[in-house]
Amino acid sequence: MIVAQQKPINDIAQMINDCKKVLFVGCAGCVTVCLAGGEKETEVMASAMRIKRTLENNPLEAITYTCTRQCDPEYIASLDNVVKDVDAIVSLACGVGVQYLAERFKDKWVVPALDTKFIGGSTVHGVWEEKCGLCGECILHRTGGICPIIRCSKSILNGPCGGSQYGKCEVNKDIDCAWQLIYDRMKALGKLDKLMEIQPPKDWSKSRDGGPRKAIREDVMIDE
Amino acid sequence: MPEFEPKIVAFCCRYCAYTAADLAGSMRLQYSPNIRVVEMPCSGTIEHGVILNAFEKGADGVYIAGCNLGDCHFLKGNVRAIKRVAAVKKVLDEIGLGGDRLEFFHVPASEGTKFAKVANDMTERIRQLGPSPLNKSAAGNAKKEGGQTA
Repeated sequence: MIVAQQKPINDIAQMINDCKKVLFVGCAGCVTVCLAGGEKETEVMASAMRIKRTLENNPLEAITYTCTRQCDPEYIASLDNVVKDVDAIVSLACGVGVQYLAERFKDKWVVPALDTKFIGGSTVHGVWEEKCGLCGECILHRTGGICPIIRCSKSILNGPCGGSQYGKCEVNKDIDCAWQLIYDRMKALGKLDKLMEIQPPKDWSKSRDGGPRKAIREDVMIDE
Repeated sequence: MPEFEPKIVAFCCRYCAYTAADLAGSMRLQYSPNIRVVEMPCSGTIEHGVILNAFEKGADGVYIAGCNLGDCHFLKGNVRAIKRVAAVKKVLDEIGLGGDRLEFFHVPASEGTKFAKVANDMTERIRQLGPSPLNKSAAGNAKKEGGQTA
């Protein structure tokens, strides 16, 4: 999932300081699972913002709506009637949701309430870790299911480097050396020989180096 | 000018604080009539939004009363409530209402006297803090409405 975290409440308040009526839009997708921008978080933020603005003698009418997803046009279409008389829209989705709202509601001031952090998963309740670097060409079959692109601080393909000490990365002693993990797992699987294959330089044009990416499935496209 | 009578919402776990309230009544203890008790299945069922809602609806103070550590009927509900209260205190500080208006207390079912003491202590604390700035017009009216007693 996409993992995001809320911005400081005062930062968000600053963005909508001159607005009298604001729509807070939650997203029932990834940000609900990472407890940053779901229905509950949206209600809490609206409530906190109403209280803050009342205390500042600058009352705010805050309304809320939580979309099934903000990254699909059909799910934000239901906001068409809700946004009519609001001065601003605060999106509690990832950066994708914010942009979808800004594109659809061209005359509205759309601001982000979250900082979109990474693609990852939870280790225990309340802790999320980055696991995928979105490189565009998965190599996990060569690395024992452990991604060196994002879990190695240098994203090296033939590791480990000299900064690997006792299984930890030199960047931070709390970071496991991904290549140590890869070596240990491949050894346990009896597949160390696969690590002897030298990996050629990665084609980063399939990642962000090739500019914004697009995925197309013509077989599922609906003709108008 | 009449003394300010705060409105305080007390979210009480049914396995401890709510039972302690019954005990306080059986013991004929007098305690502050300023608190409004809300029975909870466990203190751990409290949510951030519910606390903020109480303040928005006019509470001058809010407290959550749960079991002693290690005594939770659901094992860790009180630990979770303590964490949530800490998080909401931070929000209240950030938005200017003040985290002091919110607290968590441990009130075992066998301690009616502690239930009464907590009610009195919290009332006194909120009285010192004054009316919630959100209630400019309604400076508390617990006496008029008739607060809850044992």
